[in-house]
Amino acid sequence: MFELANPKRFMDVSRLVLPWLAAAAAILVPVGLYLALFVVPPERQQGDTVRIMFLHVPAAWVAMMAYALMAVCSFLGLVNRHPVADVAAREAAPLGALFTVLALITGSLWGRPMWGAWWVWDARLTSFLLLLFLYLGYIALWNAIEDETRAARAAAILAIVGAVNLPVIKFSVDWWNTLHQGESIFRTGGPTIASVFLWPLFIMAGGYTALFATLWVIRIRTAILQRTVRARLGAETGR
Amino acid sequence: MMRFLAMGGYAGFVWPAYGISLAGVAVAVVLTLRSYARAKAMSAEIESGKGT
Repeated sequence: MFELANPKRFMDVSRLVLPWLAAAAAILVPVGLYLALFVVPPERQQGDTVRIMFLHVPAAWVAMMAYALMAVCSFLGLVNRHPVADVAAREAAPLGALFTVLALITGSLWGRPMWGAWWVWDARLTSFLLLLFLYLGYIALWNAIEDETRAARAAAILAIVGAVNLPVIKFSVDWWNTLHQGESIFRTGGPTIASVFLWPLFIMAGGYTALFATLWVIRIRTAILQRTVRARLGAETGR
Repeated sequence: MMRFLAMGGYAGFVWPAYGISLAGVAVAVVLTLRSYARAKAMSAEIESGKGT
């Protein structure tokens, strides 16, 4: 993994990996959508609103995964000073924020018919909203500090400290009484969801993950190219 | 077809969820690819300039 911290090495490896990631996203997302809309039956209690689950849950998983990746890359950037790590952390943030917004909106659209409320200040929803604020704060920090090294350091500290929110989100439904349903997939004793719902959910989650990975890699490549262009232009004007 | 679109009476919740998700993802894909294409073009321009 540390080899990827070299920008040139990253560009070489990512050029090979990118088509596979894009192909996985291009196949899994449409298949997942097809299963979610046309194959999965209405759920006994939730009726057709269960179809929102196939968007809401994968978006929430990717939002949390993106933050975890951002925190790990921030740590590597802060401690090991890997040149690509800070860029990778920065480029994960807007995508993570997007998936967080999608999870919140789809959750709200699912909650209204099931709970009778668009929003409740329970532990799961509030900690997830905090995740969005952490993303926005991280992006704002990067933009507020002109010196890139200082910006990376400040943003990295925020990302690492904010990672404390991830277990809070995950276990909020166990630690507190929440309106949000309890853990029903990754739990001891196995999933409580019927396989007719579970497999399309995993396919959709795989599709969203591949989509995130594709966009993330492209964004990192873009940032490296932009940095190279800036460096070349700087060298030419300084000559 | 109408039964499918009605989503058991929950169309007002299911379709906006799908519409917003697809729109959000589409915007992210377009913006990402556009800025990647721009960066590649600039890089290629500089490379070709260096060669002359």
